[in-house]
Amino acid sequence: MKVKLRILRYDPEKDKRPHFENYVVEGQPNDQVLDLLNQVKWYQDGTLAYRRSCAHGICGSDAMRINGVNRLACKVLVKDVGRKIKIEPLLGMPVVKDLIVDMEPFFEHYRSVMPYFVNDDPPPQRERLQSIVERERFDDTTKCILCAACTTSCPSFWASGEYIGPAAFVQAHRFIFDSRDRAAAERLVVLNERMGVWRCHDIFNCTEACPREIEITKAIGELKMAVAKGRID
Amino acid sequence: MQHQYEVIIVGAGGAGLMAALYASRGARTAVLSKLYPVRSHTGTAQGGVGAALGSEEEDRPEWHTFDTVKGSDYLGDQDTIEFMCEQAVPVVYELEHMGLPFNRTPEGRIAQRPFGGHTNNETGKNVRRACYAADRTGHMILQTLYQQCIKNNITFFDEFQVLDLLITDGVCCGVVAYELATGELHTFHAKSVIIAIGGWGRVWEITSNAHSYTGDGVGITLRRGIPAEDMEFYQFHPTGIYKLGILITEGVRGEGGVLLNSENARFMETYAPTAKDLASRDVVSRAMYLEMRDGRGIDGKRYLNLDVRPDTVNKYAQKDGRTFPDGSPYRLSAADVMAKLPDIIDFCRTYMDVDPVTQPMPVQPTAHYAMGGIPTDVHGRVLIDEKNTVMPGLYAAGECACVSVHGANRLGTNSLLDLIVFGKESGVRAAEFANQNGFVALPDDPVDFTRQQLDALRNGSGKEKAADLRQEMQKVMFDHVGVFRTQDGMREAVDKVRELKERFQEVRVDDQGYLYNTDILEAWEVGCLLDIAEVTAVSALERTESRGAHAREDYPKRDDKKWLKHTLAFLKKDEVELRYKPVTITKFQPKARVY
Repeated sequence: MKVKLRILRYDPEKDKRPHFENYVVEGQPNDQVLDLLNQVKWYQDGTLAYRRSCAHGICGSDAMRINGVNRLACKVLVKDVGRKIKIEPLLGMPVVKDLIVDMEPFFEHYRSVMPYFVNDDPPPQRERLQSIVERERFDDTTKCILCAACTTSCPSFWASGEYIGPAAFVQAHRFIFDSRDRAAAERLVVLNERMGVWRCHDIFNCTEACPREIEITKAIGELKMAVAKGRID
Repeated sequence: MQHQYEVIIVGAGGAGLMAALYASRGARTAVLSKLYPVRSHTGTAQGGVGAALGSEEEDRPEWHTFDTVKGSDYLGDQDTIEFMCEQAVPVVYELEHMGLPFNRTPEGRIAQRPFGGHTNNETGKNVRRACYAADRTGHMILQTLYQQCIKNNITFFDEFQVLDLLITDGVCCGVVAYELATGELHTFHAKSVIIAIGGWGRVWEITSNAHSYTGDGVGITLRRGIPAEDMEFYQFHPTGIYKLGILITEGVRGEGGVLLNSENARFMETYAPTAKDLASRDVVSRAMYLEMRDGRGIDGKRYLNLDVRPDTVNKYAQKDGRTFPDGSPYRLSAADVMAKLPDIIDFCRTYMDVDPVTQPMPVQPTAHYAMGGIPTDVHGRVLIDEKNTVMPGLYAAGECACVSVHGANRLGTNSLLDLIVFGKESGVRAAEFANQNGFVALPDDPVDFTRQQLDALRNGSGKEKAADLRQEMQKVMFDHVGVFRTQDGMREAVDKVRELKERFQEVRVDDQGYLYNTDILEAWEVGCLLDIAEVTAVSALERTESRGAHAREDYPKRDDKKWLKHTLAFLKKDEVELRYKPVTITKFQPKARVY
C-alpha cells in the first residue's frame, strides 16, 4: 500500500528555514517507520539525513517526532500510525540537519548527575554481594538507552534547556538506589538545585514517550522523596 | 585538521571502551567512534557473558576452555582460548566492581544460566556459566563501561568515522577520520592504534546486526595490505525473528525453551541427542535448515517455532529430568519468563504481535557474528602474514579481530567475554608500546587516499545506486554463502560480488554537501561490505571441507589432514590471494565433535 510521509527538512547549507517535503513510498502494515525513511533515502533522495543503527529499539539512535509524538522510528510500525505520517526532529534541541539534532546538550545534562558507579572501598576478591530484592530496587532504570525521547517531550525542558531533564534523572535513580553505590548524597545535592527534580510537574509525557517503558515519573517521584527526606528508603 | 594522541582507539563498543579504560591509565588516549558510544552494537547482546564463576554449581575454567575448543571445531588457537577462559573469572568480577547490575542468586552472587555448548566436562550436562543481567547483558556492559569512561574523563570524538589507516615504513602511525557534523577530514597521529569496530552482518540479507555493522576496520586494513583471517567462518544464529533477523537470545533455550517443527516435534533430539536445543549454534542452525528443506517448516514456510511457554518448557524439562542446582525438579512459570526475558517479550509483541508467554515465536537462522577478522596474537597485536609478523603499533580487539578464540564456530556468551578480555589486554599493551616508542612520521599528504575514495563517490557517473548493489550482494551472500554452501553457489557469489564491485565505480551520491552527509558514508560502507563479501566468498570456496559454521553439501566432512589451518586472505587489485598458517594445539587433539 502507498504511505505518505511528510518530513520536516532543513539543510543549513541550502535552506533558509525548515520546510516540509512529501514522499510516497510502498509500505506494509508491519514495516517500521525507519524502513520507510530508508526507502526514501536509498531510492528517492539520498540527501535525507537521520541517525539509525540497530533497528530494533536498543541503540537509541532514531528518536524523532512521529505524528507529533516522540518515538523510535524503528519501534513504531505503519499499522500503529496509519498511512499518513508526519516526521519531525525532536523538540527542544538545535536541529543540525533534517532529523538530526545536536545531542551534546543532552549528554551534558547526563554527565551532570554523576552517571557512574562510585564505591571507593577496596573491592572483595569476588563480587560485592547484593540481594535479589536490592537488585530489583533499581531494575527499571537500568533499561534506559539514552535516546532522549523523554527529555525532549517534557514541557519543563521546552521551557528551559538548562533543566536537567528526565533522562538524566533516570540515570541518577539507577545509581542512587543501587545498594552498592556510595555517592547518593552528592547526586541528591545536584537534583535539589534550581534546575533539578522540582521542575518536574508530574506531566507524565516522559513516561509515555519512553520506548523502554520505564516508569520515569515514578522514578522522579522517588528521587523527590529522597531529596526531601535527605535519605534513601 | 591534525591531532596527536599516544593511543587512538577506533570504535566505542565493549572492546573499544575496555581498551580505553586501560590504555588511558598509561598513555594519552582518544576514542573515535562513528556512533555515539552508547549506540554501539555491544548493547544489543542479550544472553550473558561466559565465565566459570561457579556461582550456582561446580564449574572450572578448564572446562570452559575445552568447551570453547570443541565449539570452535578445533580451529581455535588453544593457547589464546585458555588465556581467555582463565581471565574470564577475574574480568567478570571486575565488571561487577564497576557497578554492572548482574542478576543475583538467592545468596547475592552473580546469577548464571545455561547456554549452548557449555558443559560440565565430567557429566556432559549443560552447566550454568552465562553471567547475565536479564536479557540485556550487552546493554549493561556497554552502559557500565561508558559510565566508567565518563568517570575517568576519557577523550571521545563522537561521530568521527575512520576511513583509513596510516602506515609509514611498515609501522602504524595513525588514522584518517571523517567528522560527520562537518565533513572535514581529520588526521590522528598516534603511536598505537587499536581497531575495535565490530562486525559485518550487513553483508547478508537476514541479519541480527545493526545497519552500521559494516566491517569498516577490516575493509580499511585489507586495503592497506593486511590480511583477514578465517573469513569463511561466519555464524548464523539459530533464532532470529522470521524475516526481520532480530535476535532472540539463546538464553530462551537456556531457560528451557525448545525448537519445534510443523509436526510439533522437538527435532533437536534427533540431531544432538545429549545437548538437544543447547547444542552449539552451527549445529542447531544446520538442523533447522534441514528441517525446513525437508518440508517441516511451519505452514511450509522458512521458519520454525521457538517455544518458551511454561507448559511446553515444563513438559520437556520433566522428560529430560532437568533439575535446579539444589536437585529439585526444574519448573518455569509465566512470571519467570517475564522476569528473565523481558526484552524478548517486548520484541515479539512489537514486531510480530506474538506473546511468547502464550504463543510460540517464529524463528529462522540469522547472520550474526564474524569468527574471522584481523589476525592478532593474544595481546591484540596485529599479525600481517603467515609467519605471524607483527605490525608495530597496530592492535585489534573484539569482533573485528581474529585471535583466534572462536575458530570455526563461537559459543554463545564468548563474544562479550572476548570483548572485555582482549579489549583490556590490547589497551594495556598499546599503552606499553606507546611508552616505549616515539611517534613515527606521518606519510606525505596523509588524507590523499581517503579523499580519492570520497571524490569518486561524489563524482561517479550515477548509473548505479549504492543501495541496489548492497541489496544484490546481501541476497547472493545469504543464498550461497550462508548456512549451507556448495561449489557452484559460492562460485556464483564470487562472480556476482566482483560484478558488483565493478558497478560500484559508477555510484554517485545524491548528497553533495558536507554537513551530516550520511549518504556518502553509507555508500563508502557498501564499498567495505563488497570487499569483505569477496574475501569471505573466496576463502569459503577454497576450503573443501565442512567445519563449524562452514558447512558444504559437497564436502560434508571435516578434513583435519588438509584443512586444520587458518586461512589468511589478502585483497589484491583484481583477486584475493590466500595463504595459510597452522592452528595452535596445546592440550586437546582434534576428535569427532558430538553434542
